[in-house]
Amino acid sequence: MARVILPQALADRFGGEVQLEIEGGNVRALLAALDARYPGIGQELEGRVAVAIDGEIHNDPLLEPVEEQSEVHFLPRLAGG
Amino acid sequence: MKRHISTTIDGEALEFLSEDGQTLLDALRDVLLKTGTKEGCGTGDCGACSVMLDGRLVCSCLVLAAEVEGASVETVEGLAEAGELHPLQKRFLEGAALQCGVCTPGFLVAAKALLEINPDPSEKEVRYWLAGNLCRCTGYDKIIRSVLDAAADMRGETE
Amino acid sequence: MSDEKKFRWVGTRPIRPDGVDKVTGRAQYGADFALPDMLWGRVLRSPHAHARILSIETGAAAALEGVHAVMTGQDLPDLFAEKAAAAGGHDDSNNLAHNVMARDKALYHGHAVAAVAATSREIAERALELIDVEYEVLPHVLDIHAALAPGAPLVHPDRVAQGIENSGPSNIAKRLQIGHGDPEEGFAEADEIIEREFSTRPVHQGYIEPHACLAQTTQDGRVTLWSSSQGHFMVRDYTAKLLDIDLSLVRVIPAEIGGGFGGKTTVYLEPIAVSLSRKSGRSVKMVMSREEVFRASGPTLGTRIKIKVGVTREGVLTAGEATLHYEGGAFGGSSVGAGCMTIFAPYAFPHVRSTGYDIMVNKPKGAAYRAPGAPMAAFALETVMDELAQRLEIDPVDFRLRNAAKEGTLASFGPRYRRIGCVETLEAVRDHPHYSAPLGPNQGRGVALGFWFNAGLQSSAGVNLNPDGTVTVLSGNPDIGGSRASLAIMTAEELGIEYEHVDVMVADTHAVGYTDVTGGSRVTFATGMAIIEAVRDVMGQLCQRAAAVWEVDAERVSWHEGEARLDGGFEPAPLGLAELAKNAGKTGGPISARAALTARGVGMGFGAHICDVEVDPETGRIDVIRYTAVQDAGRAIHPSYVEGQMQGGAVQGIGWALNEEYVFDDEGRVQNPGFLDYRIPVASDVPMIDTVIVEVPNPAHPYGVRGVGEVPIVPPIPAVVNAVHAATGIRFCDLPLSPARVLARLDEARSPGSA
Repeated sequence: MARVILPQALADRFGGEVQLEIEGGNVRALLAALDARYPGIGQELEGRVAVAIDGEIHNDPLLEPVEEQSEVHFLPRLAGG
Repeated sequence: MKRHISTTIDGEALEFLSEDGQTLLDALRDVLLKTGTKEGCGTGDCGACSVMLDGRLVCSCLVLAAEVEGASVETVEGLAEAGELHPLQKRFLEGAALQCGVCTPGFLVAAKALLEINPDPSEKEVRYWLAGNLCRCTGYDKIIRSVLDAAADMRGETE
Repeated sequence: MSDEKKFRWVGTRPIRPDGVDKVTGRAQYGADFALPDMLWGRVLRSPHAHARILSIETGAAAALEGVHAVMTGQDLPDLFAEKAAAAGGHDDSNNLAHNVMARDKALYHGHAVAAVAATSREIAERALELIDVEYEVLPHVLDIHAALAPGAPLVHPDRVAQGIENSGPSNIAKRLQIGHGDPEEGFAEADEIIEREFSTRPVHQGYIEPHACLAQTTQDGRVTLWSSSQGHFMVRDYTAKLLDIDLSLVRVIPAEIGGGFGGKTTVYLEPIAVSLSRKSGRSVKMVMSREEVFRASGPTLGTRIKIKVGVTREGVLTAGEATLHYEGGAFGGSSVGAGCMTIFAPYAFPHVRSTGYDIMVNKPKGAAYRAPGAPMAAFALETVMDELAQRLEIDPVDFRLRNAAKEGTLASFGPRYRRIGCVETLEAVRDHPHYSAPLGPNQGRGVALGFWFNAGLQSSAGVNLNPDGTVTVLSGNPDIGGSRASLAIMTAEELGIEYEHVDVMVADTHAVGYTDVTGGSRVTFATGMAIIEAVRDVMGQLCQRAAAVWEVDAERVSWHEGEARLDGGFEPAPLGLAELAKNAGKTGGPISARAALTARGVGMGFGAHICDVEVDPETGRIDVIRYTAVQDAGRAIHPSYVEGQMQGGAVQGIGWALNEEYVFDDEGRVQNPGFLDYRIPVASDVPMIDTVIVEVPNPAHPYGVRGVGEVPIVPPIPAVVNAVHAATGIRFCDLPLSPARVLARLDEARSPGSA
């Protein structure tokens, strides 16, 4: 089970849980599992946010692998200069 | 109306037709296709278009093309002689005094003008002389050092 | 890779491959291209900050001798309106399309409303004067206060804020919140709490080269663009998207770029030039004037940041909370997200929350500017950190070290840090002689720390081995500050050959694989990784060729110091690169490789600056008299260009702190669109910028590279402001610290009755 940490604002709208234990081999699977628990949240997150998996930020994360012990954070997307 | 201009640019006698009101910078770049001289502002504030006009350092965007009739213009393109770079060009390369490089032609021409009248300038003199040339990339540090190094080269104090 | 590893080229300072072209005037920048049939394109811009376009009469302009095409917003397709409508009005492509040329409304002073192409610039200018635009001037909003005031005019009456439930139309484009823990709990544990409000003014990236391009189109729909940008693939993709053209029909040839700093990561002229070229059947060149650069290309805009930080008596941070308002210009899209994410990033905060608002105002569409959003956030946090250190009577660097983020620290933006060099950077500041050097009267010293993420993104590369053993490298990133040199160094290092035997070409969109912009401090890191991967592929092929010559298994052959060796030894005589290259045709054909990747393992960056100022009590003028920039580069591939980034970023930040600001009049018109009145630092304004490169290698990169380009603009503002406080006892919370503003505060402090 990966540990998923949701943005506070989003958690407030979807059940209030900030930290969740979720099964999923990659980010897409995680989002699907999240969405099953809180309908609508997967769509909210997909395509609008970057994901940090164990400290590394991915801008196009859907197929990024997630390990059993991974810590997954959702972040706003960034632009560089 | 077009005006016929005879002039010398980087040692070469040239003739061209100039529109009324055309600047020397536009004539160099658009008519003669000498694009080594750059435009950063067109109002004499950035120094990217610096050239020597009869031995005087000017912003070519503030000079009318018609004014160079019978005159001698030196641009960055005439700085190197045949296969040999000018000491300023060498020091700019060795000292990494350029990043994007678009201000570099103006800095080289302006620095050469300084060293012709003051072969041994202080750091402060270099900074004030070059205060009319804007660079947004380097913070000026490596430019100033390279000019001081080139001055030493030209005085024969190095190598 | 161990730190003891000795490199032959990495860490040396050879001359950049494009250097001679750039000191002789031969290098071609955006405005340096010409074609025989070329027309000049010019843009008519709105004289109003906010106005409805009732009609545009172009007949007289089109009739002028020498004019070949006139266009307005009606000539551009409106492809994204539905998508935008479905998203509360917010759609990046729609915003970009409407910024390139206004349709029904002009949204800022300088917004493009029409364009012409003519046989000369002068005729094009005259034609612009003949275009008759009927405007209905609308009330405008120019800053955050005005935009949020009840009953404020709406920049986009149809837009609803993203991130706010059940809100009606407003000038808020977006709200976001990030953080962890419970700040209230953290503040309850604090012995000292400081709360302050900060503001910054709009500033421009100030690149010396104005935007420029040349467009050529054909009857069968092909487009060729010569363009100066931070990414020719970006130019291709945006232009094709806005004009609905297949990408394969658009070829963008990168010009040398005369500075960008984030401001050339979007398009302004290219879609217009292509449209004018199609209308006229001629090629069209467009070059912005400096005034246009200021009025119409993206600045980074004004901000207001409210920040609250709590700390224990022992100097341990307990909580941070901030509300950030960033102007995004006429379309929103400010860097407030990055502001929220970076504001508390350098330190370990057990409880932290940042709330950001992206605000629409009638100013130019904001664009990225070097570590977008971070310098303003650092101004707020690092000024408060300085004040807290002073209140606790702890040395400001020690205070920062006690709280500095390190590997495993839960970052304020979410995840745990991997290996970072924050502590090492601060230690280098503490141990630097500058930090303990004596100061004179009216002088003061400030320090500040800065953080930036850096980016990875997508890169492609090609490596071609020439028959004489030299190597040509193809990169898809315009070289904005010496990256050809760093890429050549890594190639020569890998292959074990002479640096001079490698040339790096910035290849056009038809010649190299897709590559994201030169931005996010990513080129040496990410494109470097792609090149290293391709070079290693070439080395593998070379070993196979040697194995074929020796008739042995390829596994027994390895590459060392520029030659293939059997079992690592010297029997048979090793085969060098030149010999293998010469005979490539006989051993299987030419040797070349490509690599394309999304770069993983970005090394986040930290920098800390020491600034000494002298304040003239008579005039309020501030002189920076000594400056040292310290930064973790991971590994400096070409130290001169790493130093150059640090020095340039420092001076840009000094300008932001001391001089630079847009001035708008009451009608919302830019009053200082030129370098005379918008004063960037000149050579006589600044001292030498000393540098210390700290190297905490990024474990994910073959040479340990972290990005270096953006971090250096993060610390300067608070470093300067903290130094001014040390010199005067006055804390400035509003930029810039121009002489008049400083003198007013000095007078106030000197006036009888003041504390």
